[in-house]
Amino acid sequence: MVQKLETLVETPSQTAGPYVHIGLMPTYAGNPGYYHEEVGSSPIAEGAKGEVIEITGQVFDGTGWAMRDALIESWQPDAAGIFPGQSGADPAVSGLCRFAADAESGLFTLRTVKPGAVKARGGRLQAPHISLWIVARGINIGLQTRIYFDDEDNSIDPLLARIEQRPRVETLIAKKTAPGRYHFDIRLQGEGETVFLDI
Amino acid sequence: MTEILDKGPLIPRNREMHPDPYFPDYKTSVARSPKQALLSMESGHSEETGPTFGHGLIGALDNNLILNWSKDGTPAIGERILVHGRVLDENGRAVPHTLVEIWQANAGGRYRHKKDSYLAPLDPNFGGCGRTLTDAEGRYQFLTIRPGAYPWPNRGNDWRPMHIHLSVYGHSFGQRLITQLYFEGDPLIDRCPIAACIRNRSQLDSLVAPLDMNNSRPLDFLAYKFDIVLRGRRQTMFENRLEGM
Repeated sequence: MVQKLETLVETPSQTAGPYVHIGLMPTYAGNPGYYHEEVGSSPIAEGAKGEVIEITGQVFDGTGWAMRDALIESWQPDAAGIFPGQSGADPAVSGLCRFAADAESGLFTLRTVKPGAVKARGGRLQAPHISLWIVARGINIGLQTRIYFDDEDNSIDPLLARIEQRPRVETLIAKKTAPGRYHFDIRLQGEGETVFLDI
Repeated sequence: MTEILDKGPLIPRNREMHPDPYFPDYKTSVARSPKQALLSMESGHSEETGPTFGHGLIGALDNNLILNWSKDGTPAIGERILVHGRVLDENGRAVPHTLVEIWQANAGGRYRHKKDSYLAPLDPNFGGCGRTLTDAEGRYQFLTIRPGAYPWPNRGNDWRPMHIHLSVYGHSFGQRLITQLYFEGDPLIDRCPIAACIRNRSQLDSLVAPLDMNNSRPLDFLAYKFDIVLRGRRQTMFENRLEGM
């Protein structure tokens, strides 16, 4: 016999299902006024430092259909690369946003400030990025990915450097379409499949 | 002795303990599961930080679903239950002051959502969502109505077991988890393709809340206990890597 390992096992994930919005985005689900304040309605408040940007896109399933029921959360640091809760963080950046694909068009919009580069363990820099977490009916465990920006130096980034198939790097990079505007599509499966992360 | 300034990276997720992303009996998963392998890397600030929520966010009735949609104080119809438990990490430590959100159907299995067209009626006094923060010991509780089972268009005659959806943050974005609570003794659990996506039986059992008579209140409500375990962090004296994220 050996000593007992006193560790617990993480609770298993289950799909968020088709009605995830009633719990996490009540107003979007058609139930306004449920809470006096909804979680993650904007990642920035008035006066947030940095460039305000808008990222639009769609989430496609394996058939190429733009999903209408996806719910996405984003998490990011402020314009200086400091996360909420870390010392020196911009108090006007809460960092979290919940947004949904439009029920008619499947289009989503994330309005935020462009994040700064983040220092990694050991001081190495990561290129500016926004973390995403995608849940929906049919997704059994939330999908993690990142948005990078095509007008930044992404060659420094350790995570992007690890992608062996170089054409797949493009799936994580938002394309600038106009000043302050970017486009970022997410493909769950098949051709052009977005790189999803296990971190 | 060096002071530990770095709480350490998140313990990698053991994906064998989670549902299979591709599970054909759950038909929607077929086109919504990635075909390529996930890219793994040690966690960094992006995953080890996360949102915090103050008590000012939570309204007085936010964790009382029996009353929080009622306009005139009339309680929702159905079996009154207390759902309570603790949020812990894999190291067995409590996760205090973290946001727990739930949503569910009413006693007849109908959701208050514009896309739900099931013929069971809405309850005018039941909205079906709630939220709370765990206390200093990681405890949470909700007062609600036991949700009904409902049919869904998957295979010819599929019915979801009674369940409550739960969403938890923990203290970092990399701990983010959504799951479902099932109820002890429900015969539909073993017929459900969504539950069956979890291959490990003891893991599926960990989603089944036992009846907890000790915490029920006589002549008022029954109780069910549901503990949640989130990813932990590797706590080490030797966090001296210079490379990484």
